[in-house]
Amino acid sequence: MTTLLLAEHDGKLLSEQTARTLAAAAKLGAPVHVLVAGAGVASIAEAASRLDGVAKVLVADDAAYAHQLAEPLSALLVSLAPNYDALLAPSTANGKSVMPRVAALLDVMQISDVIAIDGTTFQRPTYAGNAIETVTSSDPKLVVTVRGSAFKPVGEGAASAPVEAVAAAGDPVLSRFIKEELDAAERPELTSARIVVSGGRALGSKEKFEELILPLADKLGAAVGASRAAVDAGYAPNDWQVGQTGKMVAPDLYIAAGISGAIQHVAGISDSRVIVAINKDEEAPIFQLADYGLVGDIFTILPELKDKL
Amino acid sequence: MKVLVAVKRVVDYNVAVRVKQDGTGVELDNVKMSMNPFDEIAVEEAVRLKEAGKASEIVAVSVGPQKATETLRTALAMGADRAILVKTDAKVEPLAVAKLLKTVVAEEAPDLVILGKQAIDDDSNQTGQMLAALLGWSQGVFASKVETGEGMLTVTREVDGGLQTVELKLPAIVTADLRLNEPRYASLPNIMKAKKKPIAEKTPEDCGVDIAPRLTVLKTEAPKKRGGGVKLASVDELIEKLKTEAGVL
Ligand SMILES: Cc1cc2nc3c(=O)[nH]c(=O)nc-3n(C[C@H](O)[C@H](O)[C@H](O)COP(=O)(O)OP(=O)(O)OC[C@H]3O[C@@H](n4cnc5c(N)ncnc54)[C@H](O)[C@@H]3O)c2cc1C
Ligand SMILES: Nc1ncnc2c1ncn2[C@@H]1O[C@H](COP(=O)(O)O)[C@@H](O)[C@H]1O
Repeated sequence: MTTLLLAEHDGKLLSEQTARTLAAAAKLGAPVHVLVAGAGVASIAEAASRLDGVAKVLVADDAAYAHQLAEPLSALLVSLAPNYDALLAPSTANGKSVMPRVAALLDVMQISDVIAIDGTTFQRPTYAGNAIETVTSSDPKLVVTVRGSAFKPVGEGAASAPVEAVAAAGDPVLSRFIKEELDAAERPELTSARIVVSGGRALGSKEKFEELILPLADKLGAAVGASRAAVDAGYAPNDWQVGQTGKMVAPDLYIAAGISGAIQHVAGISDSRVIVAINKDEEAPIFQLADYGLVGDIFTILPELKDKL
Repeated sequence: MKVLVAVKRVVDYNVAVRVKQDGTGVELDNVKMSMNPFDEIAVEEAVRLKEAGKASEIVAVSVGPQKATETLRTALAMGADRAILVKTDAKVEPLAVAKLLKTVVAEEAPDLVILGKQAIDDDSNQTGQMLAALLGWSQGVFASKVETGEGMLTVTREVDGGLQTVELKLPAIVTADLRLNEPRYASLPNIMKAKKKPIAEKTPEDCGVDIAPRLTVLKTEAPKKRGGGVKLASVDELIEKLKTEAGVL
């Protein structure tokens, strides 16, 4: 019984999602090997080898994996699969793109977005988090994606695990990377931030979003999130969307400003420790789950809050 | 270019889903059902390709009960040319849906299959990727922009840090994200016309696919309910509470 975990990284740094998924992998009770696939990823492999609970790190260093394209990456995972009983990855854009492909090639049903593991049973949210299913699999192997916000990241140990190179698996060359437009990440990452400040449609414009939400977030050292309505209207970039089909967050403090609290938004925030809602409509559904509510106008409350902190 | 679109009948996204008392699932009696929102976006994209002269024919496919023909009629009213229902009352997991779609692809030989990125009932986010794997095709999942070229597609994808653009060799699989387009409402004349468009029916047995589930759902529970707290009178009170009571500042 051994588990293989696909490391999440951006080509430079190992993502905290890896340490979170390791915490989930540990619950399977088997030794865990971490696969780092990419181009020029020796330092990432080294970082992975220092995480608690890693028995071995496999490195596939090849240009084919430079952009984590699903076609070559799934071929690599399938080539390694005979040695493993379970294959795990975080439920990130990469993990969600690659792992179902692996599962189908192995003729296995993937268990998506797992939030708890108990031996051989898994919990996963369905219906935007309104129904939590407990499932078991009858497949000979497990293919699982893990919701990072549900697990605390493992720490770094003193010892480091052995690092071993593995051969690339041959690229089917079905797709080609063209370009990437990524935000300059000057703020904490949404899915691991301790505080998140999110703005909704009420902001009314990109200018107001930047004027009201960003300074408050910066004063709190917080990550910035947004509702779908705010993203669709162009107030915030798409990868700031929080919710059923955006990012799942679980900070100590979540501040929802001018967000109504639609089920799809709430799906992404309900594991937050403390939720604050600011909304001028006292009937807004967000107040049903907020720990602290302020009924009023965000255009006066947000600047006041920033100044008084 | 021939385009296949996969559409699923799901609980309408406005319905507040309730878990059954006995833990056997969610309450589906007398609940409004609709086309999965991401699949509406997938159909819209196919129709736009046809309107732009890029797609020659659009075939909508659904796996589900007889009532899924309503979902297929919606796709036809939006602009699909014909439809196929793979009829079953059983719960079909994404792997089995992908296998069924593969047999439809073998018969129809499309150049492009567009699916939604995620069904909002099971929230699996698997079927498109699985179909791509089973066919050995390229995939562009979570698409927010699709451009056609000679024997290829350029797809912009919503990824964690922003956007990624990839070029896919055709035939290809694309899954639609929210911002790919805004789906149209079908006009009344188009709804009438859709009633005359053909819907072919077959069964998983006809397709030779074993749809027995691989996962067993032991129980279904409501999530832990959050308290729902207090309304405060001022910003000062909020800061005070966050510092002392909640201890998060
Ligand atoms: C398939 C699908 C997936 C979806 N996925 C997501 C998702 O992942 N994330 C997500 O967020 N949404 C998602 N949605 C959209 C969701 O249903 C809602 O439409 C969206 O969350 C609404 O955003 P909002 O709260 O900003 O806007 P609104 O619902 O318009 O709410 C704006 C709020 O601001 C308040 N307000 C207005 N002016 C002021 C003011 N001056 N001061 C204070 N308050 C003010 C109003 O009272 C209102 O409550 C999805 C929808 C679908 C169909
Ligand atoms: N029963 C089904 N019939 C038709 N299409 C489906 C079905 N199940 C899933 N799909 C397609 O696959 C997408 C992703 O679904 P899922 O993998 O279940 O999240 C959906 O948006 C549909 O396009």
